[in-house]
Amino acid sequence: MNRLREKFAELKNSGGKAIIFYLMAGDPDIPTTLAIIKALDESGVDAIELGIPFSDPMADGPSIQAAAHRALDNGITVRKCLDVVRSVREFSSIPIVLMTYFNPILHYGIERFSKDAGDAGADATILTDLSPEEAMDWVSASKRNDLGTVFLVAPTSTNERIKKAGDISTGFVYCVSRTGVTGAQSDTPADLPTLVNHVKSMVGAPVCVGFGISEPSHVDEITRYADGAVVGSALVNLITKYQGSEKLIGEVKKYALAMKNATRHDEKPPRK
Amino acid sequence: MLPDLLGHFGDFGGRYVPETLVPALDELASEYEKAIADEWFNRELDGYLKDYVGRPTPLYYASRLTEALGGARIYIKREDLCHTGAHKINNAIGQALLAKRMGKRRIIAETGAGQHGVATATACALFGLDCEVYMGEEDIHRQALNVYRMKLLGAKVVPVTSGTKTLKDATSESIRDWVTNVRTTHYIIGSVIGPHPYPRIVRDFQSVIGKETRSQCLEKEGRLPNAIIACVGGGSNSMGIFYSFIKDKEVRLIGVEAAGKGLDSGEHCATLTAGEPGVLHGCKSFLLQNEDGQVSLTHSISAGLDYPGVGPEHSYLKTSGRAEYYSITDTEALEGFKILAEKEGLIAALESSHAMAHLMKLAPTMNKETYVVLNLSGRGDKDMDTICKVLQIGL
Repeated sequence: MNRLREKFAELKNSGGKAIIFYLMAGDPDIPTTLAIIKALDESGVDAIELGIPFSDPMADGPSIQAAAHRALDNGITVRKCLDVVRSVREFSSIPIVLMTYFNPILHYGIERFSKDAGDAGADATILTDLSPEEAMDWVSASKRNDLGTVFLVAPTSTNERIKKAGDISTGFVYCVSRTGVTGAQSDTPADLPTLVNHVKSMVGAPVCVGFGISEPSHVDEITRYADGAVVGSALVNLITKYQGSEKLIGEVKKYALAMKNATRHDEKPPRK
Repeated sequence: MLPDLLGHFGDFGGRYVPETLVPALDELASEYEKAIADEWFNRELDGYLKDYVGRPTPLYYASRLTEALGGARIYIKREDLCHTGAHKINNAIGQALLAKRMGKRRIIAETGAGQHGVATATACALFGLDCEVYMGEEDIHRQALNVYRMKLLGAKVVPVTSGTKTLKDATSESIRDWVTNVRTTHYIIGSVIGPHPYPRIVRDFQSVIGKETRSQCLEKEGRLPNAIIACVGGGSNSMGIFYSFIKDKEVRLIGVEAAGKGLDSGEHCATLTAGEPGVLHGCKSFLLQNEDGQVSLTHSISAGLDYPGVGPEHSYLKTSGRAEYYSITDTEALEGFKILAEKEGLIAALESSHAMAHLMKLAPTMNKETYVVLNLSGRGDKDMDTICKVLQIGL
């Protein structure tokens, strides 16, 4: 069974919520990417979103744009990203969701990519600019290769579109917390609980929230109504800050432990 | 009729955007349908095109140029005479009127050569809308005149410093702004690119060029031309003039791309000549990209053609064989610029000079009974610095 689906099934049984971390493959280099994934796994993180860099990331803010350019400058290719997944499978069974834009995949070949990604040990994909209307080939190729699909819903999505995203998402539904690009924010939007509860009422798949999540308090709040929280730019910023320093892994672990801990609500009163 | 309901021109077009934007694109598509069925909207648009833009633009017989090239007779469609100096205003006025209908008071736009930026800033001044224009830092330097014009028209020009600092990154940055402010903002895309319904809307607003050309040709020559020649960056002036002739199979439709320093140099933006199908900025079309699907760096002396993608309908016209596409280097474009200035007293934009340079090769191969139409999409005041530097002309 697909590791991602297994993880959500396990969380559902135990009443737990997911913390998912995004990082760009090869930023700053592949050995560091592998060391960070190992640290995240050891800190109890539930899944990894592994970014495949694209030259024109139109849905990303400055942090992830810069990470993509660093990775491309380092010679990272789609094939090398799949090698990263293969290397992770030597030490960990943490679910891995590959995240990128459609063009690198289209160019690699839809059928070929979904097969190679599955063979390498990836569990799902998120293609930020692949709208459901254009995704039929991708959805069926993913199905054939037991690769989960994740589609996005946004605060602007209509009910019809939320349903559609739910129907074709076999990994989870990625609920974008706000209109905008990726990037760490200091607050969560006031209307987020309403949005997430609405989405949850319309889709069967787990619903995870991303965009702008950077603090344990955000995770604490969001995992009270969503099935999981996705942290991207904040980790990318941390990696950038401690790049080349021996403190990097320690800092990543400290941050990941605090964020995972914030998903556990048993003994704590709700914040906010 | 193309595109289909999801914006496809055969295998090209469609909608590849972050989910946040899809409802706004649906709203735009449905508002556009309502607008074009609304007699009042059409009358208002026609009124502005006539009394404000100065349409119809003339179709001018270029006798000295014809004589110099010694072949097909040459007519020039004078889009350079449009208010603001290029065809871009046709679309900017149309979309600004749409934005007003949708109640969106804030307008954003991307610009390369600055002609679309100036046209948008002009339309916003005309209708009292807020305007921000994203422009690559490199283009800000090479098209300084247009930056001053936009600022004087009350627009905010936002320099884009990411990536290539040209039109491609200005477009990405505009999309990032739109995804953030989508509820209050309309994004006026300046070419026949982007997600559905943009390629269709921009084509339709620009198709006035071809409609006029067609009736002017019939009036002056009593028959349709043998060929129509226009430059192609994103492809709005060419789509605009081609569209009314697509069904007239006897009329050759010729698009001219920028070969920069030469196709072999790798420094060019001849997308249809050297690219492969891909997805950028919301649609599937030909795209200059490397073996890993990363978008290539491009170069052209002309900022308006310096873009790695192209409108999806052009990709369709290329693969279906209805239109032909060629490319012209920086050096050849300057020859095109010079001949128009010296033989006809027309200072052409560097973009349009590419089409002229191809015509210099084509016209002499055609006999004197034939005639062709060159779309002079814009005037060249904005390019004086660049051209005089290259041609080493001082004060």
